[in-house]
Amino acid sequence: MAISIQRTGEVMSAYLSGELDHHTAKEMREEIDSALDLNMPTLLIIDFSEVTFMDSSGIGLVMGRYRKLVKVGAELHITGTSAQIYKVMKLAGIERLARLEKGE
Amino acid sequence: MKVINEFKITIPSRSANEAFARAAVSSFAIQLDPTIDELSDIKTAVSEAVTNCIVHAYRESIGNIYITAQIRDDYSLLIRIRDKGCGIDNIKQAMEPLFTTAGGERAGLGFAVMQSFMDSLKVSSKLGKGTSITMIKKISMRISNNATK
Repeated sequence: MAISIQRTGEVMSAYLSGELDHHTAKEMREEIDSALDLNMPTLLIIDFSEVTFMDSSGIGLVMGRYRKLVKVGAELHITGTSAQIYKVMKLAGIERLARLEKGE
Repeated sequence: MKVINEFKITIPSRSANEAFARAAVSSFAIQLDPTIDELSDIKTAVSEAVTNCIVHAYRESIGNIYITAQIRDDYSLLIRIRDKGCGIDNIKQAMEPLFTTAGGERAGLGFAVMQSFMDSLKVSSKLGKGTSITMIKKISMRISNNATK
């Protein structure tokens, strides 16, 4: 699992890659949170294009970041979800919290 | 129902084994020639069950997780994941979507994912003794499928 973070103006993008499960989620979460605290964006985009597997630990990661963003009035977009990831996101009703986009 | 093939593994409840467990079961399931979607469903359900053993059953300690998978002659895959951990006090409550005892970073969706991605799910548990979950996934029959021969 790897993560790269980019910032353009008030938009912060987190590009995740590899397998996202309970084992890898903690590191992802900590990296995103420390970048959020530093950058204070108004929009966070979490991109899943390079994520090859995700279980409900990924939902925990998304919901935790959503709770953090909503406190400061910032928004969350989820992009690049594969069919499997999209299915897990839909089961959790993530589209009610964030803009949810399918990948190519 | 006839069991055609079976494998059993025992792994310690280390989180690094989550990826290994789902890869092992999905490699075994390939004999049934599942679609990519069916294989993803199996991997996701196994990952949830094994994570439950690590996060809930054994918590701060390390114990064994016993995984059995069976290929059956009706083109189904049975997966049993068992632990000797703390057990579940209230199974009905534990299976409710969004219920979790593990705090803010867990979604409480493990059982909901297993239920939704597999064709059946059975949970039995005894406090202080452990939990056993049995899941079945039916695999769509395709011409090239020869696992049951």
